[in-house]
Amino acid sequence: MARYIVQRLLYAIPTLIMISLVSFAIIELPPGDYLSSYIAKLEQQGSRVSQSELEALQQRYGLNQPVYVRYWKWISNFVRGDMGMSFEWNRPVKDLVMERIGLTALISLLSTLFIWAVALPIGIYSATHQYSLSDYLFTFIGFLGVGIPDFLLALVILWWAWSTFGVNLGGLYGPEFIGEPWTWPKVMEVVKRIWVPMVIIGTAGTAGMIRTMRANLLDELPQPYVESARASGLSETETVLKYPVRIALSPFVSTVGWMLPGLISGTTIVAIVLSLPTTGPLLLKALLSQDMYLAASFIMLLSILTVIGTLVSDILLVLVDPRIRFDDVQAG
Amino acid sequence: MANDEILLDVKGLKTQFALEEGTVRAVDGVDFTVKRGKTLCVVGESGCGKSVTARAILGIVPSPGKVVDGQMLFYKEDENGSVRPIDLATLRPNGQEIRSIRGAEISMVFQEPMTSFSPVYKIGHQIREPILIHQQVSKAEAREIAIDMLRRCGLPRPERVFDQYPWELSGGMRQRAMIARALVCRPSLLIADEPTTALDVTTETQILELMKELQDELGMAILFITHDLGVVAEVAEEVIVMYLGKVVERADVISLFYEAKHPYTQALLRSIPTISKERRHRLDTIEGMVPDPYNVPSGCPFHPRCPAFMPGICDVIEPPIYALEKGHLARCHLYNEELVGNVMDEPASS
Repeated sequence: MARYIVQRLLYAIPTLIMISLVSFAIIELPPGDYLSSYIAKLEQQGSRVSQSELEALQQRYGLNQPVYVRYWKWISNFVRGDMGMSFEWNRPVKDLVMERIGLTALISLLSTLFIWAVALPIGIYSATHQYSLSDYLFTFIGFLGVGIPDFLLALVILWWAWSTFGVNLGGLYGPEFIGEPWTWPKVMEVVKRIWVPMVIIGTAGTAGMIRTMRANLLDELPQPYVESARASGLSETETVLKYPVRIALSPFVSTVGWMLPGLISGTTIVAIVLSLPTTGPLLLKALLSQDMYLAASFIMLLSILTVIGTLVSDILLVLVDPRIRFDDVQAG
Repeated sequence: MANDEILLDVKGLKTQFALEEGTVRAVDGVDFTVKRGKTLCVVGESGCGKSVTARAILGIVPSPGKVVDGQMLFYKEDENGSVRPIDLATLRPNGQEIRSIRGAEISMVFQEPMTSFSPVYKIGHQIREPILIHQQVSKAEAREIAIDMLRRCGLPRPERVFDQYPWELSGGMRQRAMIARALVCRPSLLIADEPTTALDVTTETQILELMKELQDELGMAILFITHDLGVVAEVAEEVIVMYLGKVVERADVISLFYEAKHPYTQALLRSIPTISKERRHRLDTIEGMVPDPYNVPSGCPFHPRCPAFMPGICDVIEPPIYALEKGHLARCHLYNEELVGNVMDEPASS
C-alpha cells in the first residue's frame, strides 16, 4: 500500500511538469498580452500612453523577455510559493486567491454534503422500491433537476426572493459588509445566505447522483451475495445497507477526488449570477484580460488539485474495494 | 410416524408470482415432510419450483413472489427440550420471528459459490455475522466459533482463511466456506440449493462427503435440491420429484431408483447415461420441453410429454396423489385401477 502511494506520487511529478508547460503555452497563445489590452483600455478612456511609459511597464512585468525566461521565472517562483503579481489587480496572486478560497471551499463542501445527504437515501429508496409511485416521483424530479441549468435556477430564485420578500439574495453578505473584517454579524450573515448557492449548485448534482445510485444498486440487488446475507438473518435494511450499497458506492468514491479542483473552478456561472466572492469569477476575469500570472497560477493550482484528487480517489477506492489491491499485488 | 421425528411439515404450499404476463404458480400445492437428521432430496427440471419452495421456507421468495396458501410447520426445539410447532407461512417475511430462525434454525447453501459471498468483506467477517446476529457472544468468541467451523468444513489453515477475501479461494474452498457460514449456528435444517452444480465432479464428491460427515456430526436435517439423479443416489434418504410446481412422486431413495412409479420419474431415470457392454446407442431424452408457466396444460401437466398418455383422461382430469406400498406416493392416473381398467376394456369391447 505504501509502495503504491509512493509510486503514484512519483508519477505525478512528470505529469505536473507537462501540465505547467502546456498551461503556460495556452495562456501565451492568444495574440497580444496584458499590456496591449491595458493600453487599449486606457485609450478607450481617452488617455494616451507614451513610448517611455510603455517601456517602463514592459520592463516591470518582464514582457520584453522571451517566453522560456518568463516561464522559468514563473515556475521557479511558483514552486517556492510565490505566484507572482497580478497585472490587473496589482497585488500578489497569492493574496487574491487566498482571500477567496475559504468561502469557495465552504460553498463547494456544503453543496457536496447536500448532494450526498439528499441523493444517496433517495437513490437507495428508489432502487429498493423500483417502479413504485414514489420511485416515479423521484425520477421525475430528478430529470427536472438535471434538465434545468443551475444558473437559470439561480436567476429564478433571485427573482422570487426579490419579488416576494424584497430580499436580494445575491452575494454572501449585504453591501454594508464588503471590505469589513470577519466579525460575528458578518459570519451570521453568511450563514443566513449560504443555503442559496448550496441548494442551487446541489440540485443538478443531486438529480444525477440519484439516477446513478439507483442504477448501481439495481445491478447489485439481485446478486446472490445479497440473498445469502438475507438468509443469515440480517434485517432487510441491514442487508441492503451493508452489502449491495457498499458496492454500489464504489463509483462515487472514484469521483470524490474531482471535488478538489471543483473547490476552485466549480460553478463559475452560478457564482457570477449570484455575485459570490468565490474564485470562479476571478479565474474567468483573469483569462479574459490575459492577466498571465494570475491565470497561469490558477490553472496550475487546478492541475495540482486534480492530480492530488485523483490520487486520493484511488487510495479511497482501494480501501473500499479490496479487490483492487489484490490486482496491484499480482501485477507488481 | 412419531411426531417428534418430524422437523418440517409442509402442507399445500402455494407460491405465486403476479407478473404482467399472468400469474405464475411456481409452487402449486406442495406437501412434504423433513425428518430430524435425515436428508430429503427435491428433484426436478429447471423451473419446476424447487428453488422457490426452498426460499418459501425461509421467507425469502424474491419479489413479486408470495406464499399465498399452505402451512409450513417447523418443529422448533427450545432450550428446555420441548418442541413447539411454528407455522412459517404465517410469519411476516421480514419480521423479527422469521429472522430469528433464518441462519440460526434453518440456513441455506446456494448454487453459486463464486458470488454468494460479498467480495468486499473478508470470509471471516461474513461467517461470523450469523453468530453475532443470533448468539450473545463477543466478537473474539464468534471468531473462535467461526474458525472451528471452517476447520470442520475441511478448510486448511482456517485462521488464515478467516482473514482472506472470498476471491482468494477456489470454487470448492468457497463452497466449503459457504457451508461453514450456513452451519455456524448449528441449524436443525440445512437447505442446500444445488450446492454442487457449479463445481467440477471431483470437488462435487468431496463436498457431498463433507455434507454427510457434518450431518452425522451435527445431526441436522438436509433438504437437498438438485436436478442430478447421481447426486440423489449419493445423499438422499427420501426423495420427492417435482414437475411444474407439483410433487409427482415421493419415495425412499431405493424404491425410487428400483421401482419408480410416475412416468416422469421413469423418464428421468432412463435419461441417465449408463456404462454397459451393449453397443453404443443414443441417450434417452424426455420428449418436448417444460411447458410455458403461463399456460400449464390441463389435466396432468405432464401429459403432452408422457409416454403412457391416456387420451380423454390425462388431458382432462387432474390426477390426485395415490398412496402405494411402503409410503410410496405417485400423482398419476395409471394407479387408479378403475380408470386404467376402463381404458384397457375399451379397445377390447369395440
